[in-house]
Amino acid sequence: MSQPFRIQSGGHIDRSKPISVSFNGKTLNGYRGDTVASMLLASGSHLAGRSFKYHRPRGILSHGSDEPNALLSVDWRPEKGKGRRDPNNRASVVEARNGLKTETQNHWPSLERDVGALNDILSPVFVAGFYYKTFMWPRSAWEKVYEPVIRRAAGLGEAPEVADPDRYANRHAYADILVVGAGPAGLSAALAASEDGSSRVLLADEGFLFGGALLNDATSTIDGKPAKAWVDEMVATLDARENVVLLPRTTVFGYYNHNHVAMVERVADHRDDALEGLARERLWQVRAGKVIIAAGSHERPLVFENNDRPGIMLAESARAFINRYAVKPGNRMVVATSGASAYRTALDAKAAGIAVTIVDIRLGEDCGTELAEAREAGIEVLTGHTVVKALGKARVTGLIVAPLGKTGGVGTRRTLECDTVAMSGGWTPSVHLFSQSRGKLVFDADIDAFLPGQSVQNEVSAGACHGIYDLSAIIADGAKAGGGSREVTASATFTGFQPVRVLPTDEDPKKVKAFVDFQNDVTAKDIKLAVREGFESIEHVKRYTTTGMATDQGKTSNMNALGLVAGLLDRPLPAIGTTTFRPPYTPVTFGALVGPSREERFEPVRKTAIDGWAEAQGAEFEPVGQWRRAHYFPRSGEDMHAAVNRECKAVRTSVGIFDASTLGKIEVVGPDAAEFMNRMYTNAWTKLKVGGCRYGLMLGENGFVMDDGVVARLAEDRFHVTTTTGGAARVFQHMEDYLQTEWPDLDVFITSITEQYAVIALQGPNAKKVLEPFVSDIDMSEDAFPHMSVREGFICGVPTRLFRVSFTGEAGFEVNVPADYAAAVWKALYEEGRKYDITPYGTETMHVLRCEMGFIIVGQETDGTATPDDVGLSGLVSKVKPDFVGKRSLSRPDILRKDRKQLVGVLAKDPKEVLDEGAMVVDDPTAPVPMPIAGHVTSSYHSSNCGRSIAMAMVKGGRDRIGETVWVTTPKGFTEAVIATSVFYQHEKESIDA
Amino acid sequence: MLLLECPYCGKRAESEFHCGGEAHIARPETPAELDDQAWAEYLYYRTNPKGLHAERWQHRHGCGRWFNALRDTVSDKVVETYKMGEPRPDASNANIPDPAKVRSA
Ligand SMILES: [Zn+2]
Repeated sequence: MSQPFRIQSGGHIDRSKPISVSFNGKTLNGYRGDTVASMLLASGSHLAGRSFKYHRPRGILSHGSDEPNALLSVDWRPEKGKGRRDPNNRASVVEARNGLKTETQNHWPSLERDVGALNDILSPVFVAGFYYKTFMWPRSAWEKVYEPVIRRAAGLGEAPEVADPDRYANRHAYADILVVGAGPAGLSAALAASEDGSSRVLLADEGFLFGGALLNDATSTIDGKPAKAWVDEMVATLDARENVVLLPRTTVFGYYNHNHVAMVERVADHRDDALEGLARERLWQVRAGKVIIAAGSHERPLVFENNDRPGIMLAESARAFINRYAVKPGNRMVVATSGASAYRTALDAKAAGIAVTIVDIRLGEDCGTELAEAREAGIEVLTGHTVVKALGKARVTGLIVAPLGKTGGVGTRRTLECDTVAMSGGWTPSVHLFSQSRGKLVFDADIDAFLPGQSVQNEVSAGACHGIYDLSAIIADGAKAGGGSREVTASATFTGFQPVRVLPTDEDPKKVKAFVDFQNDVTAKDIKLAVREGFESIEHVKRYTTTGMATDQGKTSNMNALGLVAGLLDRPLPAIGTTTFRPPYTPVTFGALVGPSREERFEPVRKTAIDGWAEAQGAEFEPVGQWRRAHYFPRSGEDMHAAVNRECKAVRTSVGIFDASTLGKIEVVGPDAAEFMNRMYTNAWTKLKVGGCRYGLMLGENGFVMDDGVVARLAEDRFHVTTTTGGAARVFQHMEDYLQTEWPDLDVFITSITEQYAVIALQGPNAKKVLEPFVSDIDMSEDAFPHMSVREGFICGVPTRLFRVSFTGEAGFEVNVPADYAAAVWKALYEEGRKYDITPYGTETMHVLRCEMGFIIVGQETDGTATPDDVGLSGLVSKVKPDFVGKRSLSRPDILRKDRKQLVGVLAKDPKEVLDEGAMVVDDPTAPVPMPIAGHVTSSYHSSNCGRSIAMAMVKGGRDRIGETVWVTTPKGFTEAVIATSVFYQHEKESIDA
Repeated sequence: MLLLECPYCGKRAESEFHCGGEAHIARPETPAELDDQAWAEYLYYRTNPKGLHAERWQHRHGCGRWFNALRDTVSDKVVETYKMGEPRPDASNANIPDPAKVRSA
C-alpha cells in the first residue's frame, strides 16, 4: 500500500529506511521510527480491530500504551517458524520493522466482514452483568451452549500453539535513583539526580525514543530551542555520564515492597538482525534507593453516542501522529474538547493542511488564550456545544453537534462532516505506580484528578503524573524531584479543562451506545444500570460492569467511570474513591517472568553418585523431592510388578544392593553433642556407646512425629545423624533454630554431610560375604561388629563409615563413602556380588520390604498429626528424660484420647487384592452418607515374600481391634478386610493368614 | 519483596531469608511444670498485631544466622533488625504505633 497520508517532511521517522510490515496479509509501508499504527494511518485506514463484546469496528484511539482498541497478534520472526507470535500487542507501540507479520483480533471471517457484529444488534442481551445474569441457568447449558459460544466469540487474542522458543534473560540491579519515564520531567529529574556523579541513576522509558510528550510537539521551545533539540541535548548529556544507565523500550510494570521495582526490557523484537542467542526480553528487578515517577498522564475520551467509530481518536494522539510520525489522520478533522490542550492539536493539524473545526463544550468565557489563538489561525470554534453523536460505521463520516442552552438543554443540531475526530475530555495523571507503592491518593478538584498524596515508600512523582501540565513547571518539578533545580523558559502550555462525564444529549439515553471503557465494551448505559441495580462501591461497579478490567486496566476510562458513578449517586467524586491499581502496568509476557527458569532449569534434578550406573542398567526412575531415584530395575520383558517381586525375593534369599545416598546426613559435633541429641530426639543418647547406632525419633514441639533415622555415635562428642530423604533440610534447620535461638549456651556445631557421603546398602543373607573382601581396618566378626553398630575403616582403600543396620529385616550394611568414590566402590561390590546373584533394587522394593517388617515411613504412615504412640513407637520415647522437644505436648488431653488413629495392618479378604493407598476404612459400608470414617490406608503393596497383598492403615483405636472385619473403599465401592498387626513377614516363613 | 538488614551481612533481598514467626517467645525452661493452657499459649497463641511486630528471621541463604526484626505490619517498614538475645528495641521514634506499648499502657 502506498502512503497517501504521509506528510512529506518532519517527524521523527527515518525516511532513508523504508520498511514494510504485513497487516492482515496486506502490506503496509512506512519508515523506521514508525509504529504499526502510524503505518496503518499513513495508508489511509483506521480500522484496527473489532470490539470485545459487540464486535464493533474499532480504530486507533491512542498513540501510547493505553491503546484499548488496536490490539494485534504479532509474529515477530515468521521466517524462523512457529512460536514467536504473541497476542494483544497495541499497534500504537509496536515498533515497526521489516518482516513483522501482524493480524488484528476478535473477528471472523475478516476484519471488514465479521459475523460477531450481530452482537451489536443483539446488544440488549449484553448489558452490565450479563455474564452473571445470562449464564446462571440452566447449569447444563453452560457446558453445551454458553461456554463454547463465548469461547468462539470472545477472543482477546489466541494462545500460541507451541512452546516459546525464545530465550529470556533476567537481571537484578541496584540504583540509588530509578527514574520512570523519559519525558521532560523524567529527563530533568535524571539530570539533576546524576549531576554530581555520586549516585547511580537508571532512566527507563517504555518507548523506543526518549522525550515523552515532547516527541509530539512541533512548536514548543525550551530556552529558545525546539523541544526535540532540547531532548536530544539532555539525552546526550545523560548518555555521557558514567553513573547513568539509559533504558529505552523498558516498561516499569510493578512497584513492590521496599522499592523493589520490576521492569521488562524489550531487547530483540525491534532488531533487524535476529542475533542467535540474544534474549528476546529481559526482566529487571531493581532495588532502588529512591524512585522518581515521571509517568505522565492519560487523555480522557469524550463519552457520546458512537464515540468508538474508527477515525475518532484522542486529541493528543492525533497531534502525535501528525508531528512525530508525519502522518495525517485524515483530511477533515473535528476537534471535540472540553479543555485547552486539544487546541494545540487543532493548530498543528491546520498547519499540516487538514481542514479543522473545533467543538468546545466550554463557554467562550471559560476558555483561555487558546480560543483567540485558534480563531486567529482561521479555525472555526463552536463553544458551548455538545456532541450528540458520530455518524458512519466503519469510519466516522460526521459529528452531530448542538449548542447547549444556559439551563442545559440541547439546541438545534448541526452536522459537521469529517473523516477524523480528535477528542479530549481532559487529563488523568498516571498514578498507577504510585498507587502500587501503596501510597495514598488524594483528589484535587481543581484538576479533577487523583494525585499522589502520602507516600509509604521512598518515591516522588514529578510532572504530569504529579498534576503539573505546564512545560516550564514540569521541567522544574522534575529537577526538584531529582534533588536539584532547573529554571527554563519554555513556550506556554494550553492547560485546563472542564470535567465532563457523559456529554449532554437529547437522544433517548436507553438507546445510546456511548463507550466509557472501549476495550471491555462498557457503555455509560451499563454503568447507569449497575448503579440502578444497587451497586454503589466503585469496586463492585467495576466487577459487575467489567469497566477497567481489560488489559489496559482502564487507563483511558477510569476517571469517566468514576465521575459517572459519582454523578449518579450525587456524591462528590472523592467519596466514591478509586479502584486499586495493581501490577502489571501493561501486559507482560510469561516468557519474561519465567526467564531462564524453564525445562531442566525450572528445578534442578539432584542425582546421586550411582545415578549413572543405574541409568546404564536400564533403571526406571521416580522423583523423590528434588532427587531422582531408581524406582526399580526391570529385566527385559518385566513390568514393574514382576521386577519388584523378583527384587524383593532376592533380598530375602541372597543379597540386594541399593542406593541410599539421598538419606539426609547431619554431623552433630561438640562437647554438648549428646545433651543436644537428648533434647532434639525422644530417645536417650547419653548411654549410647561410641560405635553404637540407635533408631532416633524426632518430634515437633507439638508432639507429632517429624522425622526418624538411624543415629551413630562416632565419638563421645560426634554423632552421625541420618534423616529421611525429604526431611534432610527441614531437620537441619530445626536443629539450627534450637541451637541458635533457645540453647546458644550449648557447645555444638551441626553440619550437613548429605552430599559428601554416598550410601550403598547391602541387604540380605549374603551381604556380609560380598562386603568382607573389600573391608580393611574393621573387625567384621559378629561379636566385634554386631547389628546396630558403626565402624570406621576402609573399603576398597576408601575411608568408610560402615553401618551395620537394616531397613529390610535382613542382615545388612550401609556403606557410607565419600561421594566421589561411591561409583567405584559400588561397581566393585556389584562385581563381587555376582557370585551370589546380587540384585540391584529400587525404592519400590525398599518400600515393600520395610512394609513387610512393619517399619513406618515418616510422611507416609504419618501426616503431621501422628504421635509416637499412634504409630506404635512409644517404646522409643524416653520416660526418664525430663524434657525434649515435643515431650510436654504428649500429655495434652487430645494426645491422650483413646480413640486416636493407630497404626495397624489391614489384610484384604482377597489376598490378590491390593488396596488403594489413601482409601478410607469404614465399619459399616451401608451407613448413611456422610459415613463415619474409621481410618485410612497409608501403605499398600503386593508382597511376594508373604504371597499376598499387605497394607498398613491408621485406624481409630486400631490396636484393640485386631481380627475385626472392616470395609475399605475402592473405586467401585467397598471391599472386605481384616485388621491385623503391622508386622507381616516372619523369617521362619510362618503363615501370616489370620 | 522486602529488603532486610541481616545484622551480620547487611542489606539483602527477602528471598535470601526465612521468616520464623513472632519473636521473644522463649521456650519455657521446664515445660512439665506448665498447665495445658500455658503450654498451648506457648505453642499456638500469637499476637498478630496491626502495627509493630517483632519477628524472627533467618538469613537462610546467606550466613544462616537467626535474628529479630521489628516490622510495621501495615506498611511493611522494617524499623530495626537486631541480634538474637538482644531486647526488643524502643521504637518510639519510628512514628509507628507499637501495640506492645499500647497494651501495657
Ligand atoms: Zn547474614
